Amino acid sequence: MNGANISVGFMPLVDAAPIIAAHELGFARQEGIELELVRAPSWSTLRDMVVHGRVDAAHMLSPVPIALALGIGAEAELDVLSVLSVNGTVIGVSKPIADKLRQNGFKFDFQDATAAGQALIACVDAPLRIAVPFPFSMHAELLHYWLTALGLPEILSVQVKTIPPPLMADAMAAGEIDAFCVGEPWGSIAVENGVGDLLLPLSAIWAFAPEKVLAVRRAYREAEPDVSARLIRAVWRAGKWLDQPENRMMASEILSRPEYVNVSSEILERAFDGQIVISQQGDTRKVPNFLTFTKGAASFPWLSWSSWIANQLAKRHGLDASSAILSAKQVFQTEFYRSALSSEMVAMPLTEFKQEGALKVHTSVDSTHGQLVLEPDTFFDGEVFDLELLK
Amino acid sequence: MTKKLSIVVVEKNQARAKLIADSLREAGDFEVSLITEDTGLARRISERNPDVVLIDMESPSRDMLEEMALASGPLDRPVAMFVDRSDDGLTKSAIEAGVSAYVVDGLKPERLKPILDASIARFHMFHRMRKELEATKKALEERKVIDKAKGILMKARGIEEDAAYALLRKTAMDQGRKLAEVASALVTAAGLLK
Repeated sequence: MNGANISVGFMPLVDAAPIIAAHELGFARQEGIELELVRAPSWSTLRDMVVHGRVDAAHMLSPVPIALALGIGAEAELDVLSVLSVNGTVIGVSKPIADKLRQNGFKFDFQDATAAGQALIACVDAPLRIAVPFPFSMHAELLHYWLTALGLPEILSVQVKTIPPPLMADAMAAGEIDAFCVGEPWGSIAVENGVGDLLLPLSAIWAFAPEKVLAVRRAYREAEPDVSARLIRAVWRAGKWLDQPENRMMASEILSRPEYVNVSSEILERAFDGQIVISQQGDTRKVPNFLTFTKGAASFPWLSWSSWIANQLAKRHGLDASSAILSAKQVFQTEFYRSALSSEMVAMPLTEFKQEGALKVHTSVDSTHGQLVLEPDTFFDGEVFDLELLK
Repeated sequence: MTKKLSIVVVEKNQARAKLIADSLREAGDFEVSLITEDTGLARRISERNPDVVLIDMESPSRDMLEEMALASGPLDRPVAMFVDRSDDGLTKSAIEAGVSAYVVDGLKPERLKPILDASIARFHMFHRMRKELEATKKALEERKVIDKAKGILMKARGIEEDAAYALLRKTAMDQGRKLAEVASALVTAAGLLK
């Protein structure tokens, strides 16, 4: 065990927690590695930092490495070592829109994506201006999925803008946007500042969606397989620790520090607890699996996840879907993840694919170590994404 | 072919923006314009239709440019040069310096080099200045908190300034902490007791 140093870039978001906890709680040291955490100012900068070796690994929006493999926007070879988090993001609307929705009798149940989407479409007369943090994000993909499925002619009536998470509330306050889709705590910050109300968690659109991943340059993983495997283990242990309800308060305290997210721990706790305050009046909604790290094979780099993302990206950017899915498979390093965690007696799935959207309830399946309980993963419109059907 | 290259510099700090523009003009015959506001960034850039956009990597607004790099439009599919890999060495030094450049597709690296060289030099200088400024600010803040702590001790114990300072110093040494830390703890505690 030599003390290898790994620099890891992150964005100030609640779902950077596994990387931060791996460092702060000694999971990294336990693996004989030392993490140097670097906070990035924007997703594009973080991408460039990892692509060009300014950092070794990065907290990354799950579609970014796939978009890079497909050569959309830019081109580079990144590997996804593991999935850092599932869900953890919200859709918010500006105060004027929230007021109109209430006037129309909408109840803000924070659950029914069909009802919320239809109510939203019904109450705007000008093109809806929605912000996402980055063009390649689950936010953008699920927003398109949601509005397209509801029959909104997207080109005509939605303007999707890019705004970095910490600036989302400011943009709404300035009247630049009507709605946003953003990772916590930045949705709650908009609520705290009184500029908007929360309409839905993104999990209401897809109940178990891969949100952030742990990415490295492919050349780095090939040159440093041992260190990369230790990084996977350290971050996985941190994720397991974070999934324990009793650790959430401490996690919020650590993340609230100026060098990490720099937001009060009380606000950060909402995401960890899945108790989301949706309006300044203090209305609170309980969301199951609001933010999940390892539970239900959440950190497993499912090839059905990479395929879903590749399929969506291909559709939106006019590429061939089957070759996009093939390229994406090389990005999610499922075999590498399996071997890195083989010493940990982790209950891992026996396959790399599942039908996405097919599980309406908790489902117990055979795994490498006993039974594995998979979480519900439905899409709001009842669609099932099955690779077999695509062929 | 030898049409003047147009460059847009996105930088909130007016003085800094101007200095970067000046050094670019020194480096070559470029048409340089500045954008010092974040709002409507994409629109402002489209209006100017530049060959190159330079922006501080520390600026969160950079992600808004990324969106433009995807859309075809007035900027006719520019690419993020960093992932273009046309000149890896140059790209690396630009990243180290904290400058990022967006370049219209098809622009030759040799035409870009003087632009980046000039802005990298400027960005380095600003980086150093920013660090120095932070260090000065910190020293000033520490000075202020030590003065406050001295005042509290003088009042509470009825001692002279020198004695108060000596007491702070001794406490810091005994506890193996920095003088400013001890002073700040004392000021906080005194605030609570009020």
